[in-house]
Amino acid sequence: MTRIGVVVFPGSNCDLDTLRGLELAGAEAVPLWHEQGSLEGSAAVVLPGGFAYGDYLRAGVIARFSPVMRAVSAFAAEGGLVLGICNGFQVIAEAGLVPGALLRNRGLRFLGRDVWISAEQLDTPFTSLVGDGRPLRMPIAHGEGCYFADDATLDQLERDGQVLFRYVHADGTPAGAEGDPANPNGSLRAIAGVRNARGNVAGLMPHPERASDRLLGSDDGLPILRSLVDAAARAEREPALAAVR
Amino acid sequence: MIAAEPPVAPAVPLHRALGVTDEELDAIRARLGRNPNDLELAMFSVMWSEHCSYKSSRPLLRTLPTRGEGVVAGPGENAGVVSIGDGLAVAFKIESHNHPSAVEPYQGAATGVGGILRDIFTMGARPIAVLDALRFGDPSDARTRHLVDGVIRGVGGYGNCVGVPTVGGELVFDPSYADNPLVNVMAIGLLDERHLTRAAAPGPGNLAVLFGSATGRDGIGGASVLASATFADDDPSKRPSVQVGDPFAEKLLIEASLELIQAGLVEGLQDLGAAGITCATSETADRAGTGIRVDLDAVPRREPGMAPFEVMISESQERMLAIVRPDRLDAVAAVCAKWNLPCAVIGVVTGDGDITVIEGGLDADGQPRPGAREIARVPAAALTSDAIVHDRLAAPPERRRLAPAPGAPLAASDQLPERGMDPGAVLQALLGSANLASRRAVFEQYDSTVQAATAAGPTSGGAAIIRVIGTRKALVAATDGNAGMSAADPWLGAAMSVAEATRNVSITGARPLGVTNCLNYGDPTKPDAFWQLSEAVRGLGDACRALGLPVTGGNVSLFNESARGRIAPTPQIGVVGLLEDVSKALRPAFRASGDAILLVGEAGPGLEGSEYARIAGVAPEDGPPALDLALERQLQAFVREAAERGLLESAQDVSSGGFATALAECSMWAGLGAHVRLHVSSSPAVDLFGESPSRLVVSATPRHVPAVELLARQHGLPVEAIGSVGGDRLVVELAGAGATGAAEERGSRVADSLDIPLADLQRAWQHGLPRALGWTELEQEGAR
Repeated sequence: MTRIGVVVFPGSNCDLDTLRGLELAGAEAVPLWHEQGSLEGSAAVVLPGGFAYGDYLRAGVIARFSPVMRAVSAFAAEGGLVLGICNGFQVIAEAGLVPGALLRNRGLRFLGRDVWISAEQLDTPFTSLVGDGRPLRMPIAHGEGCYFADDATLDQLERDGQVLFRYVHADGTPAGAEGDPANPNGSLRAIAGVRNARGNVAGLMPHPERASDRLLGSDDGLPILRSLVDAAARAEREPALAAVR
Repeated sequence: MIAAEPPVAPAVPLHRALGVTDEELDAIRARLGRNPNDLELAMFSVMWSEHCSYKSSRPLLRTLPTRGEGVVAGPGENAGVVSIGDGLAVAFKIESHNHPSAVEPYQGAATGVGGILRDIFTMGARPIAVLDALRFGDPSDARTRHLVDGVIRGVGGYGNCVGVPTVGGELVFDPSYADNPLVNVMAIGLLDERHLTRAAAPGPGNLAVLFGSATGRDGIGGASVLASATFADDDPSKRPSVQVGDPFAEKLLIEASLELIQAGLVEGLQDLGAAGITCATSETADRAGTGIRVDLDAVPRREPGMAPFEVMISESQERMLAIVRPDRLDAVAAVCAKWNLPCAVIGVVTGDGDITVIEGGLDADGQPRPGAREIARVPAAALTSDAIVHDRLAAPPERRRLAPAPGAPLAASDQLPERGMDPGAVLQALLGSANLASRRAVFEQYDSTVQAATAAGPTSGGAAIIRVIGTRKALVAATDGNAGMSAADPWLGAAMSVAEATRNVSITGARPLGVTNCLNYGDPTKPDAFWQLSEAVRGLGDACRALGLPVTGGNVSLFNESARGRIAPTPQIGVVGLLEDVSKALRPAFRASGDAILLVGEAGPGLEGSEYARIAGVAPEDGPPALDLALERQLQAFVREAAERGLLESAQDVSSGGFATALAECSMWAGLGAHVRLHVSSSPAVDLFGESPSRLVVSATPRHVPAVELLARQHGLPVEAIGSVGGDRLVVELAGAGATGAAEERGSRVADSLDIPLADLQRAWQHGLPRALGWTELEQEGAR
């Protein structure tokens, strides 16, 4: 079974959900404590949601200095698969592993609700099993989820296929940039998730692990996690990663 | 003299300044056999506060039924615990944080969440859900808006960070809460029964270990100064009495506490809330029949120069007291270190039954070091189980309304047409009113889905449904508090609150397990206020006995008065139920066009206390509706059985706003219209908007209608198929003798009817709350 590590910072609060979601997606999911420098042989790493170290200074800003993040950065540099969800996205953005930043929501209030997103790229380690780009329904729960980057960066992200997910309406039509409730936090170009240039590190604000059970309203998040598990299983056979796992 | 500085001007005797009456001082002397010193007096003042001692309410609370199927822990523990099978149990409790929230709304609400979560994980349970029942004054008032904003941000700021979903609750506006908002927070936790942990300090020689945050000057005397006195306005001098919360520290405290419990490292665990170290040591010692010798110097401080009384009664947040065997101390310290939580041995369990406070340190054997001084010695029982109890005088208010008894024949004002109102316009006004409009704008500021177990959250309508991970089961939770009916009749208000909260759980198909309650009332030294409380407790007990449910715990908040008067008496009821198979859960929203709509139960007269009366007024001779608890029990049994047999597609109860509101909600949540014909037995207002209890609006596929009708009749319930789901309008035709009215006078063809596009109702309903609160941006969003 493919092992996927879930980083646990003090203040992480989606770690258990993410471990369970990954197990539902077919992985052997293991927690990785923030003070450890080893990834315990993980073939991919997920940074879960929460409030790492309390997020008192700014979301994600302290977490990037933890021992486990040094290991995660080294892993990513060798092409290891890394997915940041919500606060995990904020952490990897602070750490410079993905472009852009997450600012306070446009409405300046915390928002917890179901949103619709659609995958822009269907051949990535994070989206290969989501199907045909149909809208996916899953919850958001954040106060700082407004994706921001300068225009040149945004243009380049679009050009290079680094925009992974965008907020959409339930019928799949794109959400507007500002003032459209379908873009809940006012993200520029309605971006909900991005990946790095190499394509092995991705972050998204919505919570796929909370949409892994139809009895909870949606299992649209499961294909994202399955995509990661599937890609990780293939990456396990990559000798280059053995040293940094 | 113990205190470095007397905390008050010397002109007033110290005991009175601390809120201890002359009679209580005599009682303290009797228990000690001497005069208390200042430190001891400070300890008594907080422990004998209404908040900690329940000195006025205890004789009443003793009358409540507390035994029931599966009850593992009841009142007297930090939270009630009920078994749910498979070796699992649920812990739950509701508690108030009213006065701190009036003074400092963000921190007051935040620490309210923090405090009740600690009550849950202290029992060994992982907190899995929070519900918050909030009450404020007129939403157009600037100060109310400030309080609403602060409280909502406080609940969210704390709950969201600590990772416990806020799955439900209430938000009610009434002018009586203007100066005295109510913040009642209910928390629910799940535990392995083997990990049930008591808040006791057994075993002389065991160590008292304090872990978590350091002790500071925040929250000095919160229990006595804030929670146990009335106040005129937001007196800034009381602000130091409000604690400051740190949800990040709480999250670490949860993980560390559960790890300690699961590893079997603690003999007892108690959180520190009101009255701080004094309360935690005396309660744990008293429960075990032991004493604790407190090493005052060992308590980690946030600031230098704290006087002994400040250390002993500080309500600094995010602290826990563990009772630990000496040979396990290193293991406990290691867990605390892992979670980066300071911990310190601050005392030792003794066999003498006393709480003693030592200045100058204890040696390795727990004995005072040479030169150390004993600065306080009080029997633990005197502070807790043997605290003073007052027999308060209860008297109904002198000018009792000349209202008829509940459910007495209707009054002229029941005639809706008399007010020249079109029922459709009334419904639209009700749905757009601050109390009935969609709560989405508020609940979306909370994380309701963390822990990935929320099958039905606060924006889906109805009770919250939380999956028990790893099983087919789910927990169902609801809070209800009917202050409108309580103002008319406190017995009725409390009993109806129990009926409504349990009904909200039952209509999902779940079996209610137990009742927790937060009783928010006025100054118990005033006979009419105490009468309201005693009637409420009687109503609570009567309802729970009739429904066969135990009261597993609760909280009493008294002195909810200000210069402008007393709050409407508010019995806030929390209920948790068990659904054996989550896939069978019923929701209030209609499911499909073509389904039949049935009304179970029938309307009774009495509009007093209703939301309709709030906007239309009520005639002086009118009264509140009647409650038949035996009928209520049948109704809930019926709906649970119908759910279990899969006969129903949806179920909603009739409560605030009456039948028309219930029907509209079923339609709006589903986005499906409805067309029904309602037989008017007395008057349109009563049938459409009256809030007489024990009624349901259910839907079923046409082939199941006969079985539903049969089942209802078997339970002795009136039942009528009244129409069907479908279309994009809400249509209610009124038929029967009582239906003649304004529309007929206007020459309308139908005797009287209500016919509105669903979209119009949805607009009113979605905009209502943001508009009432002046949240313009969110109001625009409501249009989506």
